[in-house]
Amino acid sequence: MTITHTYDAVIVGAGGAGLRAAIEASGRVDTAVISKLYPTRSHTGAAQGGVCAALGNVEEDYPEWHAFDTVKGGDYLVDQPAAQILTEEAVDAIYELERMGLPFNRTPEGLIDQRRFGGHTANHGERAVKRACYAADRTGHMILQTLYQQCVKRDVRFFNEFYCLDLLLADDGRTAGVVAYELATGELHVFRAKSVLFATGGYGRMFRVSSNAHALTGDGLSVTFRRGIPLEDMEFFQFHPTGLYRLGVLLSEGARGEGAVIRNRDGERFMERYAPTIKDLAPRDVVSRSIYQEIKEGRGLGPRGDYVLLDLTHLDPRVLEEKLPDITEFARVYLQVEPTTEPVPIQPTAHYAMGGIPTDVHARVVTGSEETPVPGLYAAGECACVSVHGANRLGTNSLLDIVVFGRRGGDDMARHCEETDLPALPVEATTQTLDLLDGILTRQTGDNVADIRAELQDSMFDLAFVVRSEESLAKMGELVGSLRERYDRIAITDKGTVYNTDLMEAVEVGFLLDCAATLVAAAAARDESRGAHYREDHPLRDDANWLKHSLAYRNDDGSIRLDSKPVQMGPYVPMERKY
Amino acid sequence: MAASLTPAEILNSSDERRVGATPLVTLTLRIRRFNPQVSEEPWWDEFTIQVDPYERLVEALHQVKWHHDGTLTFRRSCAHGICGSDAMVINGRNALACKILVKDVAPKVTIEPIRGLAVLKDLIVDMEPFFDGYRAVLPYLVNDEETERERVQTPQERERYDDTTKCILCAACTTSCPIFWSDETYIGPAAIVNAHRFIFDSRDRAPRERLGILSEKTGVFRCRTTFNCTDACPRGIEVTKAIQEVKRAVLFDRP
Repeated sequence: MTITHTYDAVIVGAGGAGLRAAIEASGRVDTAVISKLYPTRSHTGAAQGGVCAALGNVEEDYPEWHAFDTVKGGDYLVDQPAAQILTEEAVDAIYELERMGLPFNRTPEGLIDQRRFGGHTANHGERAVKRACYAADRTGHMILQTLYQQCVKRDVRFFNEFYCLDLLLADDGRTAGVVAYELATGELHVFRAKSVLFATGGYGRMFRVSSNAHALTGDGLSVTFRRGIPLEDMEFFQFHPTGLYRLGVLLSEGARGEGAVIRNRDGERFMERYAPTIKDLAPRDVVSRSIYQEIKEGRGLGPRGDYVLLDLTHLDPRVLEEKLPDITEFARVYLQVEPTTEPVPIQPTAHYAMGGIPTDVHARVVTGSEETPVPGLYAAGECACVSVHGANRLGTNSLLDIVVFGRRGGDDMARHCEETDLPALPVEATTQTLDLLDGILTRQTGDNVADIRAELQDSMFDLAFVVRSEESLAKMGELVGSLRERYDRIAITDKGTVYNTDLMEAVEVGFLLDCAATLVAAAAARDESRGAHYREDHPLRDDANWLKHSLAYRNDDGSIRLDSKPVQMGPYVPMERKY
Repeated sequence: MAASLTPAEILNSSDERRVGATPLVTLTLRIRRFNPQVSEEPWWDEFTIQVDPYERLVEALHQVKWHHDGTLTFRRSCAHGICGSDAMVINGRNALACKILVKDVAPKVTIEPIRGLAVLKDLIVDMEPFFDGYRAVLPYLVNDEETERERVQTPQERERYDDTTKCILCAACTTSCPIFWSDETYIGPAAIVNAHRFIFDSRDRAPRERLGILSEKTGVFRCRTTFNCTDACPRGIEVTKAIQEVKRAVLFDRP
């Protein structure tokens, strides 16, 4: 049985971007939020270190300096007008979060305190600058809680533990709604709407070592991709340098912002060699590659020589207690290490997707090199690619992205709803979803979903991680193809309709395979190194051929077609990226 | 001080203490099961697996689900104690399955759903009554005064409510409370924690309204100070202390 709902605006995902959009839209048009998790379980809550804005509360700072750092940090693949909007609107976005009640740490004068973060500098790279506003090392938690509180205040309508499985487009190309699966009952729901915003987060669960929640399986990207929307810059995936060894649990860059350093087996603070000016506060791609190089040259630690150390032992224990309490506890609980006296074993961990569903600065989804909007369709947050992060996101800019472009998306979707009528549903609106679910449910024997996921995660970690090559990507491409063939033969145990997480996990692995296939195809094509995408067979950036965004489309036979579109330039001319 | 770290000291640090470094151990998971599509009555299942002693218990549950019984159902997401999805009764005590290491419960662990909320399937309970309590305390800042920049709040004022901002709404505290087990109208520790977070925030302008709600018979005076909630909190919040502070604020009608 299918239940049909009608709203003006439907938001898929209840992390920071979805909630901020809901706050904006719900006061103006009839709005619903669909989320596969309870909103406060969303992965925005795991963000730690801070959210940057040039408030200048502690040191001289300007949005223009922030914009420059964002563009340079993104290795010039950033759309510069979008970065200017991000950094200029950052200041008011932070004041707004404070007015909503966010408990930022304070300066002695009672203003929002700020600290250093990777790649954020004064006066175009002169020195590290204190720009990151923070609430201890739970800034994301406080943003998620604060935005959810505001949704409670506004009585926003939530459909919790509903999985969005399909996007509905009307015959005239307008957005008509989504199909969602209710976990509690197994029922399908059709949400008719004039506008839909995807805010479903990333897909870091395709890698073995990841800071991402189990829920981060690229749902929104895959759902739109299967309906003909391209994915932009999928080859750019950020590997955060300081994940807990083997577990991948994030240790905030805020630790280095407070003075922590990374050391190799000789005890050497090796970032002094790779980034002489800002050292351990170089952007994440630079630090992760440096760690890889140290390990490759035999200066890693442990039986396998495959990790280095984050050293916080020289910091005042009060700094750990007051400004970094959560990561201190992670080291204690998960690695049994006492960070006040022992260095913490770390390795790069899959962290953040720079690429995603292509949007303009109003969060409108756009296709093709001409950036044609899909009427009524929006995306914001990690699942979107504006692009403000280019080839490598700076720390803190993701939390900024969700509040700035979440607000813009909510605002523009409300405007769109006020100006348009409700599109007709396409015929057989649930057919594709039913085929997907029945295919999995009816097979009695077949391949194990968890085995496929584990092989995907292991091989992506080995072949498409910090360092890639033509050979490794070709091998990975073949593997994704064979995993997909096996995926088409999967069988699951749970055939019930009540809280069938077995079924939803199977669907999620299908989403991950789509994301992996596009990532590998785009990475194989881009025979240069830029930001987080490092090809050891093409170690240099190639602006003549590759100063452009990639677009990956799904062909009808499931294969991938690659295209590109130009980067929107601005005041910053690409130059060699040194720190 | 950092310069005094010798390579030998670093190499000698803690290699045996982490995942992947030691042999697997045998773990038997005794799990309370319920599936309304299978039986009206709950039952117990046991699964014995080989698992890394430094792995998280939630990953042991995954191993069971992924390789032994796909119908085993539980909530989880971040797997490192931040999202609040996987509160369970583990060997009789409320905890997050992602913050318990296998070595601390092997060779045998008993896992049940958290108490006081209706079990819907296996370890999944109905969270709606819990969130109803949360929503009842006006869990948002009330202050419509116009400001151009941020409001000023001193570090001391900020510190006053720091502890209760850590809450992740996992329900470990509320479902460890004997008063809540026996009376589902009691608003519960987590809701009081979230009220505390605003009552003691110098920027808030509605402490009296919240104190009024908490002084009702479903409110803060139901607490009998058993400290279960403080023991259960995976974020280390001093829950009972927060409740006592709210009781005092109700009595004096001010924060």
